[in-house]
Amino acid sequence: MNGIKELEQISSQVRRDIVRMVADVSSGHPGGSLGVTDFMVALYFKILKHNPKTFTIEGAGEDVFYLSNGHISPVWYSVLARSGYFPVKELSTFRIYGTRLQGHPTVCTKLSGIRMASGSLGQGLSCGIGHAQAKKANGDTNSVYVLMGDGETQEGQVWEAAMYASAAKVDNLIAVIDWNNQQIDGSCDEVLTLGDLAGRWSAFGWDVIKMDGHNFDDIIEKMALAKSKLGNGKPVMVLMKTDMGRGVDFMCGTNEFHGKAPSLDQKAVALAQLDETLGDY
Amino acid sequence: MKRFEIKGNKDTRSGFGEGLLEAGRINSEVVALCADLTGSVRMDLFKNEFPARFYQLGISEANMASVAAGMATAGKVPFIGTFANFATGRIYDQIRQSIAYSHKNVKIAGSHAGLTLGEDGATHQIMEDLGLMKMLPNMVVINPCDHNQTKLATIATAAYEGPVYLRYGRPVVPVFTEPDADFVIGKGVKMVEGSDVTIIATGHLVWEAVLATEVLEEQGYSVDLINIHTIKPLDKDIILESVKKTGCVVTAEEHFMNGGLGDSVAQLLALTLPTPLEMVAVDDRFGESGKPAELLERYGLNSESIIAKAKAVMARK
Repeated sequence: MNGIKELEQISSQVRRDIVRMVADVSSGHPGGSLGVTDFMVALYFKILKHNPKTFTIEGAGEDVFYLSNGHISPVWYSVLARSGYFPVKELSTFRIYGTRLQGHPTVCTKLSGIRMASGSLGQGLSCGIGHAQAKKANGDTNSVYVLMGDGETQEGQVWEAAMYASAAKVDNLIAVIDWNNQQIDGSCDEVLTLGDLAGRWSAFGWDVIKMDGHNFDDIIEKMALAKSKLGNGKPVMVLMKTDMGRGVDFMCGTNEFHGKAPSLDQKAVALAQLDETLGDY
Repeated sequence: MKRFEIKGNKDTRSGFGEGLLEAGRINSEVVALCADLTGSVRMDLFKNEFPARFYQLGISEANMASVAAGMATAGKVPFIGTFANFATGRIYDQIRQSIAYSHKNVKIAGSHAGLTLGEDGATHQIMEDLGLMKMLPNMVVINPCDHNQTKLATIATAAYEGPVYLRYGRPVVPVFTEPDADFVIGKGVKMVEGSDVTIIATGHLVWEAVLATEVLEEQGYSVDLINIHTIKPLDKDIILESVKKTGCVVTAEEHFMNGGLGDSVAQLLALTLPTPLEMVAVDDRFGESGKPAELLERYGLNSESIIAKAKAVMARK
């Protein structure tokens, strides 16, 4: 099993991958990608029960993961490649014509590790609920994980899903919200406040846990706590505090790099802050 | 002369209900999801026999579509059922991303389609659903004509691997196809052989086309009548073969002219075999309240309109 030090090293490399991928094609979404890197590394290298070498769409007999805010595809692609789903060198094809690594995740290019297209926001939680209910019907005791953005919860479908999951007792599902309080037009508070986010999910009948998305000890502890709550008739929501752009000083804590790639000069500055621990692609 | 005997009068939605039950017996992976219209869309037969495989989503169609996509990912064969308006237009983006683009084995059952929904009026009378669904890559679009064909279409839809939009209706209408007929997705059915004019009809308008054919034959015209239950993929062969023989076409459907069967046939002919064409369809206007038969007459979706268009198109040859 990976210890904290190994996870930190992987995170540094994944952040390098993200910066290089988006800078080299001058497009993509680095801010949210950098913000959830620590969580995604912990998830794929420590928490998920999964089989990168024998990936199936159905995911029978293993945990499955849905990314709802598909624009943070760079972090997902990097983590998938680094955990063995497809060759790391394929990261160099991100967003280039003919690539399997489309701007937003898709299943039509048959990229191992991806089960559902995402990009149009608000749909992933529903998809995860459906997979979780099917797992139950199939007698599969493994879990479903969903990651979504905080601004994404402004989509009405999220609350349809929230209402349904608790009513239908979908208690093999752990949803995580990347709570960075940033979206394209500004902070969530400025654009459309999320209000008492914990209170809202709790009122919808979910078990709610708060987590520090940049502290591996806390991520591992809280995700274990989330898992321990499954099977009790309620879905579990983890509200994960993060900094958008974490790991690169000039990108951190701002929405400026939500959907903007760093320039080549900025790329050099960013990479100087991120150790190459596993070898660049 | 009578070409087809009426075997009774039933709604197409009941054909769906019986077909879904049969599909559920054939394949234990078939599940049904509904958004608070279980009886209306005739999912109750399935629900009663397979309660554990029935999911009540409440009035949340967007969630229902995406939940079904997740279930399909795990190997289920989900049917989602609601009124055609809510099953397509209301949740177009969910269908587009999570079902069509993601190529999920989800079956979208749209009941109460078209004008013949009747008294509820335009908010519920969708006449652009075929167009919306046929524009999506990967999506198969089926619009059967009567109770028996709807049942067969439902069973075939369950057996097909991939996303399908299955459209059916509310009113009680004549049953005139055989309950054990062959139903092949993408294959039109030649109902009458003739040489003067081709009539291509779909859904409830197939019966009107049968009535029109009988009248035209009595008046000395020879009609080639095609029942197109699959709007996409369109059976190009049966259409082109007929048109080469007759040299003119009338299409008939309970749908807008934009985006419907006539639009697909016009595209096919314009690209491959330019041919005089007339359409019986609704021309760019919303529906309204009224009795189904009355609305069909008011909007020109009946045998009289088909006869008039047939004579007009034959004159253009």
